[in-house]
Amino acid sequence: MRNLLELRSVEKRYDNGTLALQGVDLAIGEHQFVSFLGPSGCGKSTALRMIAGLSAVTSGEIAWSDALTDHAQEISFVFQEPTLMPWARVFDNVWLPLRVKGVSRQAAREQVDGVLAKVGLEQFATVFPRELSGGMKMRVSIARAMVTEPRLLLMDEPFAALDEMTRFKLNNETLALWQAKRFTTIFVTHSVYESVYLSNRIVVMAARPGRVIADLPIDEPYPRSDAFRATPQYARWCVQVSLALQQAGEHHG
Amino acid sequence: MAKAAQPAQSRTSPTPARHAGAGWLQRALPFLVLLLALLGWEALVRISKIPHYILPAPTLVLQTLWENLGSLMTSWLFTMKITFGALLLAVVGGVLLASLFSLNKWVELSLFPFAIVLQVTPIVAIAPLILIFIDSTTVALLLCAWIVAFFPILSNTVVGLRSADHNLRDLLILYRASPWQTLRYLLVPSAMPYFIAGLKIAGGLSLIGAVVAEFTAGAAGKETGLASRILEAGFRTEIPKMFAALVLVSLTGIMIYLIFNLVSRLVLGAWHESEIKGDR
Repeated sequence: MRNLLELRSVEKRYDNGTLALQGVDLAIGEHQFVSFLGPSGCGKSTALRMIAGLSAVTSGEIAWSDALTDHAQEISFVFQEPTLMPWARVFDNVWLPLRVKGVSRQAAREQVDGVLAKVGLEQFATVFPRELSGGMKMRVSIARAMVTEPRLLLMDEPFAALDEMTRFKLNNETLALWQAKRFTTIFVTHSVYESVYLSNRIVVMAARPGRVIADLPIDEPYPRSDAFRATPQYARWCVQVSLALQQAGEHHG
Repeated sequence: MAKAAQPAQSRTSPTPARHAGAGWLQRALPFLVLLLALLGWEALVRISKIPHYILPAPTLVLQTLWENLGSLMTSWLFTMKITFGALLLAVVGGVLLASLFSLNKWVELSLFPFAIVLQVTPIVAIAPLILIFIDSTTVALLLCAWIVAFFPILSNTVVGLRSADHNLRDLLILYRASPWQTLRYLLVPSAMPYFIAGLKIAGGLSLIGAVVAEFTAGAAGKETGLASRILEAGFRTEIPKMFAALVLVSLTGIMIYLIFNLVSRLVLGAWHESEIKGDR
């Protein structure tokens, strides 16, 4: 499997002196679904923001595959909050990344309608975000991220604020999208269960300073459905990942 | 992928009859209170036999207004010209400067102190100077009213432009949006509620500025506004006429307030919390 990007001895120190990440070496393969899992303050989101180019690396480097001619153009980001423009209708929110690239509303219509249909919101293109539930807003956010057909999707605890039922549903929907397009995904989460369900690789991180302490491949086949949550393999992975996370807690500097 | 549920509309679920009744009362209440106050005023003047050169009754004020409608309307139009001219200049200047501030920190650091000086300097203190420096009284009055109206627009728009969601800003950085695209797609719509709040304040202030400046100028002649009518009536002890001009100033203030409330509802009504009606 070809690597899409590589973090080489990456370190992040904030202006106030806090060392957020230290010596992170990590290669992310193409088409992988990788979860960054760890306690608060372990630098998961910081790593994600650095990969997105939203935060500068203090030392070390992030190397990109030659297959990506312009990596910044091929990344999409989903935040913990839906981060929608409240003054714009659902269609216009999803159109935004294309609009910035100069694609007219008319030219973007097919693409936007298509991606809205994929997240089950084709009938809600003309409503304002305030008229949607939390789960639906998050679907719009995912649709906006998918509309550019990115090679790399970065998701920063996107379902953390949702109820369990909606979260399960969106987990399945995210997996369905990933299986259809196989874009590389880096998914930040606090949840052991969510990370095991979604990923084929879990990177466990420890805090103070943020670093990688375990890198676990979840060798379970896709597609995964809710039935997977009830299998002994799922339970075994959850126990194993929980133990790694516990160690991460003990590894606090 | 599963179909999504119907939109969450719990906040807009109507209870028609109760809503209609409450809405009618809401609209009628200010008029009822005003009517009661006017009736009380009329009764006080009549019962206490207060002379009209001290406090004219509302009916006399109305009668005077009707008899002098022609000359008062000419003055009113002049005041309107100054008020809306100054407001237009305040909007153009305030928004342009706020946009510059948001695009360039150095411009803001260099110019904001001047904007604050304009805000804190009482207009009555600088109006005489302006009237000395500028030959045209109309231009001088316009400048005075602009000084009063400019700061709320500038200040609110600056805050509004800064209030844009940080994640949306990051998203636009990720999309490599140009500064112009960021301004157009994110900063301007984010600033709109703040700008309109500033507009509501500036609308009233530009009227106050126009009236105060004219008081200071003591303008006389063909091109004069309501303030000159008030001054003139005061000199001649024509108190009912003074009140009639004051009524026009007040009505103008109410009209400006209603216009900008309507603008606010039209622009923000679909999405902003301040304008969304719902069951509380």
